[in-house]
Amino acid sequence: MSAHATPGLQHHFRDHAQQKSAVGLGMWVFIAQEVMFFGGLFLTYAVYRSQYADVFALASHHLNTQLGAANTVVLILSSLTMALAVHAAALGKKQQTVLFLVLTLVLGGVFLGVKVVEYMEKFEHHLVPGPHFSGHALGLEGDRAGQAQIYFSLYFAMTGLHALHMIIGVPIILWIAWRAHAGEFRADYNSPVELVGLYWHFVDIIWIFLFPLLYLIS
Amino acid sequence: MTDFVDSSPAAAHREPEPHDHVVPLPVYYAVFAALMVLTFVTVQAAHVDLGHPVVLGTKIPMNVIAALLIAFTKASLVVLFFMHVKYSARLIQLIVLGSLVWLALLLATLGDYASRGWLGNPGT
Repeated sequence: MSAHATPGLQHHFRDHAQQKSAVGLGMWVFIAQEVMFFGGLFLTYAVYRSQYADVFALASHHLNTQLGAANTVVLILSSLTMALAVHAAALGKKQQTVLFLVLTLVLGGVFLGVKVVEYMEKFEHHLVPGPHFSGHALGLEGDRAGQAQIYFSLYFAMTGLHALHMIIGVPIILWIAWRAHAGEFRADYNSPVELVGLYWHFVDIIWIFLFPLLYLIS
Repeated sequence: MTDFVDSSPAAAHREPEPHDHVVPLPVYYAVFAALMVLTFVTVQAAHVDLGHPVVLGTKIPMNVIAALLIAFTKASLVVLFFMHVKYSARLIQLIVLGSLVWLALLLATLGDYASRGWLGNPGT
């Protein structure tokens, strides 16, 4: 075993290939548990939607499908730019890596900005669960207003947890972009870019399910 | 690369393999185009009533089934190509599959809610 240090290679790994396998495995195990984490919310959603199908449909009509669809396009586009960043990093193209990571951040910012607009609207119409919740904007009262409150609880829990994942992703992508800019990654060492890419794509997948389930109830 | 933690002496002396299967760019663009088309389809499908056939006393909302099938197709495209699972080591493919199996087990508890009416128990 040679004792010379290889940039980016931790001492307990034999070579970059072995390190790459190990960190990739770790990231995928993390994503697998994230699937279960969100899975509980999807299960809860399925239970309540099957119980209160008509109120869920009514309440979902209050969501802005155009904004939701536009955000879906924005997020999928950010997944593409992330894939291109990972691609550039794998080829050791530093400037392209940084450029595509920054583009991903911008698109992520647009998504979160639209989310803020949507949340504000819910506050204005008293559709945020809690003491100020009112079924008035939906033309619902009594038990059915309560059922709508369950829908909006799930809406905020699921989109909120999703947005939280994006908010956590933003500084991580910034950090990785900074490291890429500093020239830390090369064709044989770019796992950090790849792993943050996996995280971002996972967040995209969650939204791919949230959009039809929350916005498109007919 | 297909080996995982191969610590055999032979592995230590082996030439390093090329690390990545680099996916050609047109694949990414094609996947993106497919995702856009499917997003459009899922929005359009929501405006069509696909019916509610009754299976085993449970109404099956076909619109939800269609939306989930489209979402699952989109997710598969992201996982296979953007996340490179199509080209990944077997162990990683196994973990992806495993996470789906556990998720399926979790979602299978819905069978409890679906089957409550079958025996005509009070309070269902």
